[in-house]
Amino acid sequence: MADAGVEALTTFEQLLAGGLLAGLVFALVAVGLTLVYGVMDVVNFAHGEFLMLAMYATLGLALVGIGPLVGLPLVAIALFLFGVVIYRVFIRRLLAGPPEATVFGTFGLLVLLQGLAQSLFTGDFQSVPHPPFQGTLRLGAVALSQATLVEGIGALVLTGALFAFVEYTETGRAMRAVAEDRVAATLMGIDVQRVNALAFGIGAACVGAAGALLMLSFPVFPTAGASFALTAFVVVALGGFGSIQGALVAALLVGMLEVLGGYYLAPELKMVPVYVAYLAIVLLRPQGLLGRR
Amino acid sequence: MSAVAARGAPPALLEIDALSVAYDGMRALQDVSLRAEAGTIVALIGANGAGKTSLLRAISGLVRAQAGTIRFDGDDITRMPAHRIVKRGIAHVPEGRRVFASATVSDNLLLGAYVDRDSAHRTARLESAFAAFPILRERLEQRASTLSGGEQQMLAIARGTMSGPRLLMLDEPSLGIAPLLIPQIYACIRGIAAGGTTVLLVEQNVHAALGAADTAYVLQTGRVVLHGAARDLIGDPLVQEAFLGISAV
Repeated sequence: MADAGVEALTTFEQLLAGGLLAGLVFALVAVGLTLVYGVMDVVNFAHGEFLMLAMYATLGLALVGIGPLVGLPLVAIALFLFGVVIYRVFIRRLLAGPPEATVFGTFGLLVLLQGLAQSLFTGDFQSVPHPPFQGTLRLGAVALSQATLVEGIGALVLTGALFAFVEYTETGRAMRAVAEDRVAATLMGIDVQRVNALAFGIGAACVGAAGALLMLSFPVFPTAGASFALTAFVVVALGGFGSIQGALVAALLVGMLEVLGGYYLAPELKMVPVYVAYLAIVLLRPQGLLGRR
Repeated sequence: MSAVAARGAPPALLEIDALSVAYDGMRALQDVSLRAEAGTIVALIGANGAGKTSLLRAISGLVRAQAGTIRFDGDDITRMPAHRIVKRGIAHVPEGRRVFASATVSDNLLLGAYVDRDSAHRTARLESAFAAFPILRERLEQRASTLSGGEQQMLAIARGTMSGPRLLMLDEPSLGIAPLLIPQIYACIRGIAAGGTTVLLVEQNVHAALGAADTAYVLQTGRVVLHGAARDLIGDPLVQEAFLGISAV
C-alpha cells in the first residue's frame, strides 16, 4: 500500500519534470509568436512552418557534420534574416491592407512552405544522424533523457534572453513603445517599419533556435512544425496575447497538462486537459493569464 | 496670405508656405502659411475642427501635405518620414498626451530621448524635466497609467523635451487638466522657450495661450484668418468669436 503510494508519487514527479521541460520548448516557440503579435498585431500562421524550415536547416547542417548545438546559432541567424526578408517583401504590404489580409496572407505562406518542403524534402520522417545527448540522467527517482534536458534548459536560457532584451535594452524599449502606440512611437523618432522587421526577424529566430534544439529528439517532416505551432497558439492565447511572461507561464502549464493528460487519460487524449484549461481560462479571463486590457 | 515669408526677412526656424492637407477627401488645411521665429512661443487658436491638430500632424510628418512646403531651419522637410523629422529637432506632444501607459515614467522619458543616446544630454534633460515637474522624479518607477491626468500631461511635455528639440509642438496642454495645474504647465512652457526652444502651441484655452505666446495665428475651417502679436489679438473681435465658438461646445 505504502509502496504503491511512493510509486505513484515518483511517477507524478517524473511526469511533472517531463512536462516542465516540454513546456520550456513550447515557451520558446510561443514567445516568437507573441512578440510578433504584440509589436504589429499580426498572428503569423506560418510560425510552425518557420520552425519546420529551421528543423530542415539543422538536419542539413548535421549532414555536413555540424551538430544541432553548434548549428543552433547559425540556424537562428538564418531564420532571423529569413524573417526580416519575409517582413520587408510580404508582411509589410499586408499590413497596408485590411486587418484580415495578414490572416490570409500568413496562412497562404503556411501552405506554400509546407508544399515546398513536401516537394523538396519528400514527406519522409528524417532525423539527425548520430544525435548527441542520448543518455539518461537520474535525479533521485526521476530519470530524464539528456536530450530533453538540453532542449528544456536551452529553451529557458533563450526565452530569458529574449525577455531581457525586450525589457532592458534601448531597442527592446522601442519595441514595447511600438507595441503600445505606434503613432506615439513614431513621434519619439522610432522607425516603426524597422522595429517591425526586427521583431519579425527575432520571432523567426526564436523558432530557428527551437528547431535546432528539437532536432535533438524529434524527426522532421513537412508538417512537423504544425503541431508545435498549434500548441504555441494555445499558449499565446492562454498567457495573454503579446505577453512574454504570460507565454512562459502558460507554456509550462500546457506542457504539464499535456504530459499528465497523456499518462492519466490516454496518450491520444493528451491535448484534452490543455484545451479544457484553455476554454476555462478564456471564458473566465478572456485577456489570458497575464494579458492586458 | 502666402506672402508671410516676406521678401528680405531673415529665414525663421519654421516656415510654412501655402500648405494644404486633406484626409479621405475632406480638406483639413488650405493654403496655410506660418512663421515661427527661434525662441518664441507661437499660439494656434481656433474652434474644434479648424485644422490646428492637422497642422501639427503635417509638420511632424504624420500626415502628408497635398501642396505647399514646410521648411525647418532652412531645409525642406515636407516629404521627410516622421521619425526622421524628430531627429531633425522637432518634438510633437500629441493631443490626448499618448504616454506609454504600461511603461514606467522612466521608460517614457527615455523613449523621448530615443533619437539622442548621449548619456550626458539625457542626464541634463532629465534634471531640467525634474526641475520643472518634481512629481515626475517621485513617480519614476511607476507605470504611466497610474498617474493622474495632470501628471500624465507633465510627463508628455517632459518626454517631448527629452530629445532636445529646437521646436516643441504642444497640442492642448491644458485640456482635461485640473485648473490649479495649468499655471505650472504654462510656467514650464515659458521656461522651455526662455531656454531657446521654439514652442508651437495649440490651445482651446485662448486666454492661457495668448497670455503666454509672442505671436498667434487664428485658424477657421482650415485657413489662417488672422495672425499677429499675441497681445494685439486678445481684444480682436474675430478672436472673441473663435473663443466664444469654443466655449459654446
